[in-house]
Amino acid sequence: MRETTGAKAFRIVTIAVLGIFTIVPIWVMVISGLKPLKDVQGDFTWWPSTLTIQPYIEMWQTVPLASYFVNSVIVSSVATVLSLIIAIFASYAISRYNFRGRTVFSTTVLSTQMLPGVLFLLPLFLIFVNINTNFGLQLVGTRTGLIITYLTFSLPFSIWMLAGYFDGIPRELDEAAKVDGCGPMRALLTVILPTARPGLVAVAIYSFMTSWGEVLFASVMTTDANRTLAVGLQLYSTQTNVYWNQIMAASVVVSIPIVIGFLLLQKNFVAGLTAGAVK
Amino acid sequence: MSATATTRKSGAAGKASKGGSRKPRRAGWWLPYALLAPAIIFELVIHVIPMVTGIWMSFLKLTKMFISNWGNAPVTGLRNYQIALDFNSAVGAGLLRSFLITAAFTILVVGISWGLGMAAAVALQKSFFGRGFFRTLFLIPYALPMYAGVIAWKFMLQKDNGAINHFFFDNLGLAGAKPFWLIGDNAFWSVVIVAIWRLWPFAFLMLMAGLQSIPNDVYEASAVDGAKPLRQWSAITLPMLRPVNMVLLLVMFLWTFNDFNTPFVLFGGSNPPAGDLISFHIYNASFLTWNFGSGAAMSVLLLLFLLLVSGIYLLIMNRRKDRA
Repeated sequence: MRETTGAKAFRIVTIAVLGIFTIVPIWVMVISGLKPLKDVQGDFTWWPSTLTIQPYIEMWQTVPLASYFVNSVIVSSVATVLSLIIAIFASYAISRYNFRGRTVFSTTVLSTQMLPGVLFLLPLFLIFVNINTNFGLQLVGTRTGLIITYLTFSLPFSIWMLAGYFDGIPRELDEAAKVDGCGPMRALLTVILPTARPGLVAVAIYSFMTSWGEVLFASVMTTDANRTLAVGLQLYSTQTNVYWNQIMAASVVVSIPIVIGFLLLQKNFVAGLTAGAVK
Repeated sequence: MSATATTRKSGAAGKASKGGSRKPRRAGWWLPYALLAPAIIFELVIHVIPMVTGIWMSFLKLTKMFISNWGNAPVTGLRNYQIALDFNSAVGAGLLRSFLITAAFTILVVGISWGLGMAAAVALQKSFFGRGFFRTLFLIPYALPMYAGVIAWKFMLQKDNGAINHFFFDNLGLAGAKPFWLIGDNAFWSVVIVAIWRLWPFAFLMLMAGLQSIPNDVYEASAVDGAKPLRQWSAITLPMLRPVNMVLLLVMFLWTFNDFNTPFVLFGGSNPPAGDLISFHIYNASFLTWNFGSGAAMSVLLLLFLLLVSGIYLLIMNRRKDRA
């Protein structure tokens, strides 16, 4: 099919404009992380006066970035794994069983997405404090508290997306497995999950990104002991001297794992969305 | 529970005669509930119970005097709501102002993000050399941790050493003094641009996924009939994407209206009045003045507003679907 001139012009203009809009902040981030301090304190330049990797070395000392990194990795990974497991079970129930309360559950879970974070931030904080005083389980200032908070943030969308994905898997497959003597759980594990791998990957990426990037609760629920990157990165600018080159270097470092992971798995992500959310 | 147990027993005996109407429970009826239990427990602890607590707090005079023993805070009924909605008082006027700013912010951000996402999805619909590269590039702002992207913008928007002023005043040679972007009235436009930069790739991603489900021969058939690209877009693409758009616009609306992260990271602790988005406003109202009852009342009002808009939106959408 031949493309009209108008369509081609539209395509080129759209891609050019959006390409520039997208890439400029990324360029600024990458290039400023390779600048000496005097470059980022004076007039901005699109290219450093001298290329240096000094910011990448100094950034670990200015704030305890390594420990924030470890906290973020642990919190996000555990929250993702738990959220995925819980979402698998819930989606399986929604997709394969017709039970009383099914619609109520689906709607309620999905509507928690619209809750303003500020509404339950303080109550949750107070509940965590009360759990600590009454049961001795410390949740404020620990990774556990962040993990259980974050896993619920990605849960609604994950359940919704996975249930849609499971719906797309023919019921005959697990019925056949049941005829062969599989229980419902074995059917889930041996038939549905292997088929649903792209959907699972999509949900896992989504959960990980949600936890890795969360700022509001991290700013209230963390202390020095469990500070994550979301809050830690902002501590560079509270120093008397704003080390913009180090902030940009640190931004690159915290972005690389997640951006590479996302881009490698983007096909799965789009496939998961197509099958699940976009029906 | 005991009632269900009896039913089960009688069902097992095969004589569910009592009452007559109730069918015996099938074996394993509890399984879906067991599968849902973990999700329900976590949602209860993290979302439902705190939300109910938050609503209850909005009826209390929960100032800093009572924060350590908040169980003893006196009930004030609707007093917090009265103050928040009295637009002649400083508190009410501030909330109204913040609400209007957020409404304008949301309309601009969601509208433009949707437009950009749609344009990019259509532009990348047909395969050409470099399509994969641009698709990947466009998704990077979505994949970046939000604070990393916003901090990069914060640096770009600095008055003296930022890239934006450098581009306009040093590269393009614009006359006049370099303006502030993060304080004063410009702050509104800054937060709008940054929010669009973060949000539009999500619209692109969803619309791109939606476009993949439109079979190619529909376009080919219409091209044979002489339909121009614009006509194809309005007659095929847009109607076929309707289910995607319905969810996409609602989700983007809710995220944007509730957006706390963008202004929080972009402006730091001191938010300029022009960028005083409502979540950020409530957060400051609660944590700077330590008046948590009042903050909770404002949050409940925000929630009611979002519920109302979502409800009306879904009602209209469903009615239109029935008619179509």
